[in-house]
Amino acid sequence: MRPLQILIDGFAISSLYALGATGFTLMFGVSGVLNLSHGAIMVVAAVIAWYVAGDLAAGPYWGALAGVATALAFAFITYRVIVRPIQNSPSIPREEKEIFVLTGTLLWGIMLQEAIAYLFTNNPKTVRPLITGVVEILGVRTPINEILTAALSWIAIGLLWLLVNRTRAGKALLAASINPRGLTLLGFELSRIYWLVWAIYGVLAGIAGVLLGAFLGVSSDNAGTLTASAFSIVVLGGLGSVSGSLIAAYVVGYLETLTAYTVAPSIRTLPVLLLLVAVVYVRPQGLLGRR
Amino acid sequence: MLQSRSLRFALPVLLAMALLPLGVGGYILGLLTIGCYYAVFAMSWDLLFGFAGEVNFGPTFLIGVGAYTAALLNHYWLWPIPACLAVGSLAAVIGGLVLAVPALRLTGPYFGLVTLVAVLMLQNLLVLFAGITGGEIGLDLPDVLSIDETTNYYYAFGFMTVTGAILFGLSRSPVGLILQASGQDAVEAAALGFNVTKHKIAAFCISAFFSGLAGGMLVFYFSTASVGTVVDIAVGVNVIIAAVLGGRRTIIGAAVGAIFLVAAGELLRPIGQLATFVVSAFALVVILFFPGGFLGRLLQDGGRE
Repeated sequence: MRPLQILIDGFAISSLYALGATGFTLMFGVSGVLNLSHGAIMVVAAVIAWYVAGDLAAGPYWGALAGVATALAFAFITYRVIVRPIQNSPSIPREEKEIFVLTGTLLWGIMLQEAIAYLFTNNPKTVRPLITGVVEILGVRTPINEILTAALSWIAIGLLWLLVNRTRAGKALLAASINPRGLTLLGFELSRIYWLVWAIYGVLAGIAGVLLGAFLGVSSDNAGTLTASAFSIVVLGGLGSVSGSLIAAYVVGYLETLTAYTVAPSIRTLPVLLLLVAVVYVRPQGLLGRR
Repeated sequence: MLQSRSLRFALPVLLAMALLPLGVGGYILGLLTIGCYYAVFAMSWDLLFGFAGEVNFGPTFLIGVGAYTAALLNHYWLWPIPACLAVGSLAAVIGGLVLAVPALRLTGPYFGLVTLVAVLMLQNLLVLFAGITGGEIGLDLPDVLSIDETTNYYYAFGFMTVTGAILFGLSRSPVGLILQASGQDAVEAAALGFNVTKHKIAAFCISAFFSGLAGGMLVFYFSTASVGTVVDIAVGVNVIIAAVLGGRRTIIGAAVGAIFLVAAGELLRPIGQLATFVVSAFALVVILFFPGGFLGRLLQDGGRE
């Protein structure tokens, strides 16, 4: 039953990776920002969900909602307090904005991580899942939560697809990622689109964080690793290409699960890193990147 | 103009640091010893970022390769310290060349990612071959640089001063100017007839050499090599913060930032867990409001000819 087990576990973890990376890549595609506090925001969402659901005894649904709302709030704070001031600063030369945004969000991520460790300790926390119980799929005992994680991830990604392709605001978003100047010429306010993309980003990161907390559990120490894996997935798929990162998420998810089951869990990430280096050397724009 | 300003700032500080062992105890000297090695890390990083324009997210790849090569040679073959350091820095230079190849082909975030991945791979390999490398626990070394705090301090201080002088001189030389030009606009620099590739590779080799040497000396100072002190991403993040905090593209600023970071980390020790939070918040404020860093303002008035 092992191959099936790998298939099921790999699918759940890959779906979660896909969700986590989608917001990250959307943000880069639309506004050119790589947010290195990504992992920390996911951890904040998970820990708040854990706290509200458990310590405040509000139940898993309110917990999840509080987690997502907190992630949204922190996404706005990240944009308003760190990213926008750097982008608008007259004393930072244009070619160095990127490194300043990277360093700024990195420091912000470290601050969030330390604050969480201070307030809630860095012990791993498992968010109470929305639905408990176990089902058998062809002889493999699978927690319902695992199926729910995959399903919710795909529902969120599906809604994002509808938003981007079927609504006016979404189409403006898409246009901004292709040609921001053209969009301003058509009378759209770019800053409003940036707020929109940070809002979408916050919700996606929040959902991903809460699901991760319920599925695998999180600790504040995971923030860096989470950012790194989102970054790897996004580069593998092509920076700014959402469909590319979805494929890459599955490649990474299955490669890690396969290594963990067949070789050893401790070197889970090594094959992914090797693949990443190979892709970056041979095809720097990633699997589906456009450049 | 720029040169005299920086020197007028640097000389009194260096003089004061040289006389320091007369006045302070071993504890502060030990702290400053680590600060000096971090200063070399940060200055080497600044040469790559500030001048060659290459965003290296993995300074600890170069540091770690140098440090672990030196440590392994000493642990298993009992080579004398100078030989270990020489081979260690040579290994780091080779590591620098390995990074230089993608750097010449990739730009921006892509190169940044490669350097990040390089560190993660090094860390994974060290843990994977824990039987040889000591893994997370670390590798004990039979030799130590010196057991006397003052001697150790002078080794580190002298090393930092010499490295600083070389890197600063290089950054103010025609070579530094060409590097700066190729970092800011590689196409135009090449069009003016400068060999961008050659200069960038040279920058990588020099940066790697000093990073590796400093890494090697640091493990011989501790007499133990561990992932947490020379390879971990957190160490690399500190190096980057130090350089940006002190003022990028100044070399000397990087050293100031590094010593400041080590000192601040120690001063804030009483508040325990929150120390990292406060240091990060402070660095963030500096980046947001004074993007030039500590030295940026000092050098800017009248600094631009």
